[in-house]
Amino acid sequence: MLNIKKLHKSYPIGDSSLHVLKGIDLSVEEGEMVAIMGSSGSGKSTLLNIIGMLDEADEGEYILDGVPIKNLTEKKAAIYRNKFLGFIFQSFNLINYKNALDNVALPLYYQGMKRQERQELALFHLEKVGLKPWADHLPNELSGGQKQRVAIARALAADPKLLLADEPTGALDTKTSYEIMDFIQHLNDEGKTILIVTHEDDIAHMCKRIVRLKDGVIMEDVKVEQVRASQYV
Amino acid sequence: MFDRDLWREIFQSINMNRTRSVLSGFTVAFAILLFTILFGIANGLNNTFAEAFADDANNSIFIQSGTTTKANKGFQAGRQIQFKNKDLDYIKEEYGDKVQYITSRIYLNVNASFRNEKDSYSVRAVHPDHQYLENTKIKEGRYINQLDVDNKSKIIVIGRLVEQDLFLKTTALGKYLSLNGLQYKIVGIFEDDGGDDEERLIYMPFSTAQRVYGNNDYIDQINLTYNPEMDYDKAISFSNALTRDLKDRFDVALNDQRAIRVRNLANESKSVNQMTFGLGVIIIVIGFGTLIAGIVGVSNIMIFIVKERTKEIGIRKALGASPNSIISIILMESILITAIAGYIGLLIGMGVLEFVGPSLETYFIKDPSVSTTLVVGATITLIIAGGIAGYLPAKKASQIKPIVALRDD
Repeated sequence: MLNIKKLHKSYPIGDSSLHVLKGIDLSVEEGEMVAIMGSSGSGKSTLLNIIGMLDEADEGEYILDGVPIKNLTEKKAAIYRNKFLGFIFQSFNLINYKNALDNVALPLYYQGMKRQERQELALFHLEKVGLKPWADHLPNELSGGQKQRVAIARALAADPKLLLADEPTGALDTKTSYEIMDFIQHLNDEGKTILIVTHEDDIAHMCKRIVRLKDGVIMEDVKVEQVRASQYV
Repeated sequence: MFDRDLWREIFQSINMNRTRSVLSGFTVAFAILLFTILFGIANGLNNTFAEAFADDANNSIFIQSGTTTKANKGFQAGRQIQFKNKDLDYIKEEYGDKVQYITSRIYLNVNASFRNEKDSYSVRAVHPDHQYLENTKIKEGRYINQLDVDNKSKIIVIGRLVEQDLFLKTTALGKYLSLNGLQYKIVGIFEDDGGDDEERLIYMPFSTAQRVYGNNDYIDQINLTYNPEMDYDKAISFSNALTRDLKDRFDVALNDQRAIRVRNLANESKSVNQMTFGLGVIIIVIGFGTLIAGIVGVSNIMIFIVKERTKEIGIRKALGASPNSIISIILMESILITAIAGYIGLLIGMGVLEFVGPSLETYFIKDPSVSTTLVVGATITLIIAGGIAGYLPAKKASQIKPIVALRDD
């Protein structure tokens, strides 16, 4: 599903440069649910950005679903992002002047889907996250948990191969966090491949595998017994 | 470009940021408002000039005679100069290729009567060419022709108001009108843009007038138009040469200003033309200056908008928006704001001109208005202007890196 070999990335800082990723090897199979952990500055977000094609590696190989991701034009990257990836962000990143339904439908718009069709599909996904009655509400009329559920519906709308979540519970309280995790676990049960960046141990243990990063290298890569979030809800 | 969803996106974005959109449109609306008013006023001035010359062909030259003021070649001062038919023939022969139309004029005052109606009128006895020199429009019947001249026919062409004055219950065409007791057949009725006085005239063949009133070959005035292919400078040097020749022919001192007077409309047309041109240039400079200020204003605000929407653009890109779709959404928004604001400015400007137009006539501004061509031109200019205003910000937006935009701060 996802194959990364000897990935390097550095950022220029003034005259010198900061070596953030120092040769990462990682492969993820279909249906896995992986937590990427590490303290801040460990390179976990950079890794996620490269996987998400929001950033490009300096060196190394990245193959996603059999497609080598290298030297992409902006246009090609946009198409791949739309087709392969669904993003969930810590701060939700909903467009504040579009209602929940339009937010969910946005990736479908960029796929060139007809309005009628994409409204229906978006509504279907909203229903899946239990927010159908809120379809015409603007983001600022929703609670944090609801916003994140809209964001999840949006990430799912284009039926991506891989779901990338960057601290998805970082802005939520514990109870809501578990609700969201419960939801993400259900998606994984249905077969979605999911990558979660987090620094919280309890969240990490709700995944099936934990990859620990430190100073740009993988320190530890272990399979864990999944803790179901539903027992806390 | 004609994607309905794109328009929906744009309208949604404009609608959500109304204050911002209105502000950015304001400069453009104001620029176009100023431009429209200036243009209308210039048009009004032009109309005033055009009306002043509507009466005559603007390549006319008028030659009149008077009495000499200086003794010359043995002649005393105070001699009356009288043009005759052969003088007109001389000009025709000498300057044939430079003359377009030429006519003599003999002035008469007559008492005209038809049945019980009578009044006094001015008569101009002329050549057939006079019609073109004076921009006379035939309303009914015909003008004087060469056959009338050759036969010295007793026919006349009367002005619209002459018919109105004298022919109360019937039409004039084909009737006989008595001028100082002699019957003339009316062969035509004309209209003239030169005003009421021009439409109270009566035209007859010059040969008829010469035979009936004096039995001579005198001419009061010679009018001609120069070949329109000549530019103003050539036309002016032509009339200067003509003046010299005629003064020579009549043994008039070259510096005698009264004996033979030649008035060339090219002189006036030239200065009016220069003034109109100068005015036009000033207005275009001011108009474009304000428009450029407007474009810079919109551009500025669009840059701000892009800055403000960095995060949104980043989200869109993360969700699969191509750089082109980002460019088109910003560019179209800019064009739309510019076009709508510009149109509002144009409409207000036209309204202002319509409203204050009539009260400006005292300032030599007649009927100030803008033409359809200007409206179409302005629309195209506005779309281009919007495009220019939006291009840089749109380009900038398309280069936003989603990773930078999405960074939480």
